[in-house]
Amino acid sequence: MGGSPFVRGVRAAKKRKVIVITFGGGARDQETFAPEGQENIPHMLRELIPQASFFTQVTNHGILGHYVATASLATGVYETLNNFSAVPPEHPTVFEYFRKDLNRPASDAWVVAPSNGFNRIGESDYRSFGPGTGARVVLPKHLLNAATSGTTTDYEHLLRDNYETPLYTPQLVGGDFELQQLEMILKLSVDDFKAHALTVSSPDELSMYIAKRLMQEQSPSLLWITMHDIDIAHSGAYSLYVEAIRRTDRLCAELWKAVQGEPEYAGNTTLFVLPDFGRDADQDSGGNGFQHHRTGDPASRTTWMMAMGAGVREGVVYDSPMQSIDLVPTLGAVMGFSTSLSQGRPIKELV
Amino acid sequence: MAHLDALQQLPLSFEPSLLREVIDYDFKFPAERAAIDKELDTLSSLSVVQVKEWFQAFSQFSLSSKLEQFDWVNQPAQFVEQLSAYLWTTHQLDAFREAATAYGNRLQAAAPPEPVSERRLGIAVIGQGVAAYEAPLFRNLRPHGTYFGQIKPDNGLELLLSAVSARAEKHPVAYGHWYVDGGQPADHSPSLTCVSYQALEPVRGALLKNIQAEIKRPGMGPEELRSHLARLSPSELGMNKAGDPVLDRFQVKLLTEGSGTQIFSTTFAQWTGREVLRRAQPSTLLVRYAPRQRQRPMNELLTGNQSNPELDYTGSLIDADMGAYYQWINQQRLPGSERSAFVVWFEGHTEALAIGPSLPQGSASNSAMDLGQLVSLAAG
Repeated sequence: MGGSPFVRGVRAAKKRKVIVITFGGGARDQETFAPEGQENIPHMLRELIPQASFFTQVTNHGILGHYVATASLATGVYETLNNFSAVPPEHPTVFEYFRKDLNRPASDAWVVAPSNGFNRIGESDYRSFGPGTGARVVLPKHLLNAATSGTTTDYEHLLRDNYETPLYTPQLVGGDFELQQLEMILKLSVDDFKAHALTVSSPDELSMYIAKRLMQEQSPSLLWITMHDIDIAHSGAYSLYVEAIRRTDRLCAELWKAVQGEPEYAGNTTLFVLPDFGRDADQDSGGNGFQHHRTGDPASRTTWMMAMGAGVREGVVYDSPMQSIDLVPTLGAVMGFSTSLSQGRPIKELV
Repeated sequence: MAHLDALQQLPLSFEPSLLREVIDYDFKFPAERAAIDKELDTLSSLSVVQVKEWFQAFSQFSLSSKLEQFDWVNQPAQFVEQLSAYLWTTHQLDAFREAATAYGNRLQAAAPPEPVSERRLGIAVIGQGVAAYEAPLFRNLRPHGTYFGQIKPDNGLELLLSAVSARAEKHPVAYGHWYVDGGQPADHSPSLTCVSYQALEPVRGALLKNIQAEIKRPGMGPEELRSHLARLSPSELGMNKAGDPVLDRFQVKLLTEGSGTQIFSTTFAQWTGREVLRRAQPSTLLVRYAPRQRQRPMNELLTGNQSNPELDYTGSLIDADMGAYYQWINQQRLPGSERSAFVVWFEGHTEALAIGPSLPQGSASNSAMDLGQLVSLAAG
């Protein structure tokens, strides 16, 4: 091998990849990592945690709505945008910082998002970053709607956009662009996509399929996946909430396995997994327990984060408090780009 | 009018929420009316200095000019919705929560609730239609009561309803004894206030049609839809004007303000139990869960199969098990909780759990008894 160590270092930094999985649908400790909940997360517990640095006290001090909270995770600032509108974040996203500082093309940063309301999360409207500098966003359910439109059966009403506002779906225009995305970028015909959709039981399974496809075809260095099945908790059916936790647990392990199996990702990828926030405590009279996240109580604001892979110590638990907005400056430190307008702090245990 | 002076001294961040309750006074349950009366009497008795002290925290919240100019006198509910969103956006919600909790504690200390003469009894019946279930039930409740594994299940529901009816007949109180059923209600005494998911089917249908019409309107969004639903009256959803206006309004709110109550009968039963306890504060509440419709996986939805939804018996049992726990938690918030009794029974089976002042916690019993005897043991 020739070349100076600095050149090799630059090459290594170039190869570094990061995948972030957020749960847009918080899960409480008692249904996950607390002793009584561990039966719901066998994969995370047995396969992922032993390889990970686990942070037990991640607090979200912002607005507890999934779009605004996920946008806050992506900007490193507690955004105050309308949770129910498909508007861009007000501050630059991690995708814009990444692409601008490291001069990366559009194909190198992707978001796989669960619902129409997330379609603007890839890019802010912050002046000095401008349009076209962020991540491309794939909405698998919107893709599916586009792929199945024109058939005799209307699937739209069946594919509930989100669980926070199940009766209302922000409307997105177009469908042709999305179908072009399928064919040109993901190398997937509409028929193959539809055929695969018939084999999966949930929107998050479809999202994972798309994410793996992106990894194979585009190999983005920064990939963000927001899962949403857990948010069925808003319907009040405890069994469905727990079932979704179990499914999400399995999907996280599957994705990590896929990372190890992809040459572009194996050995040089850091995976972050974190819910956007928790859910209300059983004992808080302002809420209805697991069903919502309306009280702002400690259970709803506090969650956890798992980091694993390249550059991460294995099998370590950290109890010191951190905030969810610390993710962006940490990603910046890990991948070598500035996140000047974010308000969090790099997690020292990871940088 | 008698309390107008007191109301006018209150800060804007607080007053509309109280006004909203007062406006709805005629549609409140007796327990709620008593609570409002007590609160207004207490506030009227405060000196100017005391009002300032009690509401200092609320006075310090900064509100937008839009909120300050809002017509909260005529639209207090809408003001409260907008206030909530504003408090979240300006990171003031946690402080508001603290202020509200402190106020509630202060009010309770100044005007304690009336002692409860009759021991409160809650009953949850779960798992209708489940033939067998291997996983442990009542996990959250076991530390608080005694598990019974040899209950005689025959005529269990009839015995429970009979016990509830006997209490209603012995201590008749308006809205004091309730029976909530997540499906078709069983035969029961007219002395019980009954709410059932089945009986509200026409209302649910009317609500769905109303929602579908509203969603199509220009400018409609999730928050606007929510506000619209909160304003719907029973007559707008086809309820008979000759009915009980208090109960009808309560039932409508279960569907317009509850999340998931329109879709899943288990959610309906749990939320109804919660609201009954919070609002009516009954002496007796029996909640019977019924199987809910099965959540169809995405690939099944995509096949376009429009057959009638199946029922998910096991999922419903799991929902109801948690619902029973929440029913007990909500009951324990009410006055006299140290003497309250609670029974949960796996319908048609031998398993039950009972909580009561005379029953040991975290223990188990193999005593063979029927449900009537179990209720007597728990409630005395």
